[in-house]
Amino acid sequence: MILGPLLTLCLVLAVAPALPGLATRTRAFLTGRRGAPVLQLYRDLAKLFQKNVVYSRTTTPVFRIAPVVVIATVVVAATLLPLDGHAALLSFRGDLVAFTGLLGLGRFALVLAGLDTGSSFEGMGASREVTVSAFAEPALFLCLTVLVLATGELSLAGMLGEPLAAVWPGAAPSLVLAAAALFMLALAETSRVPVDDPATHLELTMIHEVIVLDHSGPELAMILLGNAVKLGLFGALVVGVLVPLGRLPAWLAPVVLVAGLGVVAVGVGIVESCMARLRMNRVPQFLVAASALAVFGVILLLR
Amino acid sequence: MSGLHELLLLCVVLTNFWVLGTTRLSSTIRATAIQGALLAALPIALHPSWSIHTIGLAAGTFLVKTVILPSFLAWAIREAAVRREIEPLIGFSTSLALGAVAVALSFGIAQRIPLPESDSSLLIPVALSTVMVGLLVLTTRNKALSQVVGYLVLENGIFVFGLSQVERVPFLVELGVLLDIFVGIFIMGIVVFHINRAFDSLDSTRLTELKD
Amino acid sequence: MQLLPLILLPAAASGAAYLVRSVRLRSTILIGTAAVHLGLVGRLWGDPGSPVPGAWLAIDPLGLLVLSLVSVLFLVTGVYAVGFLRREPPRGGRVFVTGLLGFLAAATLVAVSHHLALLWVGMETTTLALAPLVYHRHDRRSLEAVWKYLLLSSVGIALALLGTFFLAAAQSWGHPLLLEDLIAGATSLHPSLLRTAFIFLLVGYGTKMGLAPLHAWKPDTYGEAPSLVAGLMAGGLTSCAFLGVARITEVTIAAGLASFVQPLLLSFGVVSLVVAAAFMIGQGDLKRLLAYSSVEHMGLLVLGLGLGGVGPYGTVLHLVNNALTKGVVFLAVGNVVLATGSASADEAKGILRRLPVSGVLLLLGLFAVTGSPPFGLFLSEFTILNAAIAQGHPWIALAVVVLLAIIFVGMASVVLEVVYAPAEHPAPVDRESLLLVGGPALLLAAVLMLGLYVPLPLHRMLMAAAQGLGVAAP
Repeated sequence: MILGPLLTLCLVLAVAPALPGLATRTRAFLTGRRGAPVLQLYRDLAKLFQKNVVYSRTTTPVFRIAPVVVIATVVVAATLLPLDGHAALLSFRGDLVAFTGLLGLGRFALVLAGLDTGSSFEGMGASREVTVSAFAEPALFLCLTVLVLATGELSLAGMLGEPLAAVWPGAAPSLVLAAAALFMLALAETSRVPVDDPATHLELTMIHEVIVLDHSGPELAMILLGNAVKLGLFGALVVGVLVPLGRLPAWLAPVVLVAGLGVVAVGVGIVESCMARLRMNRVPQFLVAASALAVFGVILLLR
Repeated sequence: MSGLHELLLLCVVLTNFWVLGTTRLSSTIRATAIQGALLAALPIALHPSWSIHTIGLAAGTFLVKTVILPSFLAWAIREAAVRREIEPLIGFSTSLALGAVAVALSFGIAQRIPLPESDSSLLIPVALSTVMVGLLVLTTRNKALSQVVGYLVLENGIFVFGLSQVERVPFLVELGVLLDIFVGIFIMGIVVFHINRAFDSLDSTRLTELKD
Repeated sequence: MQLLPLILLPAAASGAAYLVRSVRLRSTILIGTAAVHLGLVGRLWGDPGSPVPGAWLAIDPLGLLVLSLVSVLFLVTGVYAVGFLRREPPRGGRVFVTGLLGFLAAATLVAVSHHLALLWVGMETTTLALAPLVYHRHDRRSLEAVWKYLLLSSVGIALALLGTFFLAAAQSWGHPLLLEDLIAGATSLHPSLLRTAFIFLLVGYGTKMGLAPLHAWKPDTYGEAPSLVAGLMAGGLTSCAFLGVARITEVTIAAGLASFVQPLLLSFGVVSLVVAAAFMIGQGDLKRLLAYSSVEHMGLLVLGLGLGGVGPYGTVLHLVNNALTKGVVFLAVGNVVLATGSASADEAKGILRRLPVSGVLLLLGLFAVTGSPPFGLFLSEFTILNAAIAQGHPWIALAVVVLLAIIFVGMASVVLEVVYAPAEHPAPVDRESLLLVGGPALLLAAVLMLGLYVPLPLHRMLMAAAQGLGVAAP
């Protein structure tokens, strides 16, 4: 019984590094350039894993543990999602809180590592990251509330599978709004435009990139992989809300999921090429807008 | 057709959020233009009887709210050479949050108002929330043009409410209402133009000379 | 259909005035239209015509009263306007006359409309027609005034439209929104919808009336608009707005919701009086002072409406007196402004010496507008106080008397200073054109007469109007 979810999980983990590459390639294509190859992140990860790690003298064991925590939390969070639409590897009532908490833990570890270096750049990035997450987490909870209200289930595996497909016709507007809000959250959590520009090289304009400046070698690889898997997770959430994966036969669901992830990645690329990065004081406004959409979805379900 | 008017009404609420959240004035005008188009389609979606009344109302609404008024307001923006709204009295994020609260409130209030609504149970809440959002924009924004946009949104909300009574209110009166709104915004635009000329800005917080 | 020409004539004249180039021709159009309009209205007094069921336009006592007030005031103001435009820096007066005639058409529509949505259209049009007139001087202060006027009035009127739609929703019998059918089928109106409609309509039309706390636009607008426009607004526009409030009150009372209506009207009335009294003390500008006086009188109107008994009779009598008196005082102040260039009490002094006739008019107008005998307003205020005591609200009567006294002191201190205090730079006696003082003098005479004796036809019309507004006796 766990074979299906396990295989889908491995599939998603394997495909995840391609997603940022797909987004960047789409953005480049739309702005008239050729851009890096889609599979570039695989090569970067392979290169990084072969390198040595260099630690700064100001860092403590916190700095060494953080990347491991990042990748571990993301993978464990992935086990909570019913990626193939039928069952999740781990599932219990209220696991949506655990899901949010795990993602938060990963972010927390990253921020601590950034502060640990004692550098002012990382400190600045850390404070920005925490500000963004302060607005992003309520939005994520509101989106999950929409799902809870629509299906009446309190576990992610229960929400995103068959029950959602059953309530789709009646709750369609709310679910579309929730999916839109989740997409905006994906942009915020994985540090894409309009919250953070992954292609910038100016430290003062970064949020996520600047925290990981001091990481090197396999540790940096783990952080990059964690970011890619997070994009995959949010993409899987969006796909799970919009597409009734639970209704599909067991062999088709993972394929549709991967295709959906690809579409989400292309969507991220399109958004990145259309918008500019928001000024720092407008980022909360962006996330409040996502929350407002989710609240509207909640209201539509409550009436 | 029954799902179409629900979709239109939901999009009206989304345009309200758009008006609340954006900082660029041309963006707010674009949002009201789209709102006008949605409103023009609503009578036909609600009563697909294709009578002169509904078609005339739809055509008139489209003409005034999507074509004439937005282009006039866009002209006013160009004349005043103003692009962005400065941080309003209560901030953009707070405006968005208040807009969400207004939507919640209007859904709650609508349940208490026993209107004989057979067509759609979304009509009254959307109308009330649009009225509240219009009032919010009108009272908290600094630039005179944003206040005019707020008035336009307020009138749109009342128009949506009036659609629930479209059999009761005759066509001539609807035309009169439309005309009045058009002339009203026209005069407001002229005054905005004069404000810009006299004060060299559209900041209405500068209009504080008259007081007791 | 003898009512349609009443509306179409001023509308057509307004269009003609805009197209005509000659100033003289425009003045002729203005005065000619006003005179013909008054003549037609006078004919309606003699022969009101038979009511047609289902008609949108009809004449009833209250409507005829308001229509006559607007017409008389407009003729006097029109004559004054000709003199005014001769004295003010030449701007041609094209938009001015066009706006004035447009206002007349719209106000007529409000007075004769028995379809409540059509009444709304007329009210909104009066707002829009007067906006360019408020901005006549084209300076920063009047720009600010017209902006506030437009925004606040438009929001108020929009809420009134919402109330009108609620009223339409409440009605399940008869022609929609037609006054006769609303009153006839009043008991079949849905109560909570009617209550909501009443609140929105009271707030909306109350904003146009200038009831506190919705009066914020009044001082600025009356202060910056040319005095004759302010006088027309204070006498004509407020009467039309009161008509809107009176119509919905009629309907709501007929539906048996008098106990809901009364507290609202009474509180608005008392709050208006308190605000007027508070802001009049220490007020230095004559026109703003008169604006607060207008707030006070609107409060009295609504108070009388809410009291019941003889209250409504006092209200309609007050409506007539108030319109005529406001005409006198505003036009007198207008003369002061024309001569001295300012309405502020600091700069305009020694008026009695400089402009004898206008000074006397202003002085007598002060007494008239604060309700002193033997002028007409005393009689109507007394009637309202009578109603307050008779209907069991002695505290309200006491409060009103105290507030009226405060208001008198506040106004007198300013006006007496303007009229009697010696001017810093004594100027020679100004020649006062008949156009500028003839009208106000006639109005003052009318107010004086009304204080001593109400002519029988007027009395009958007032009684009929008051009967329609009567609150069911407890």
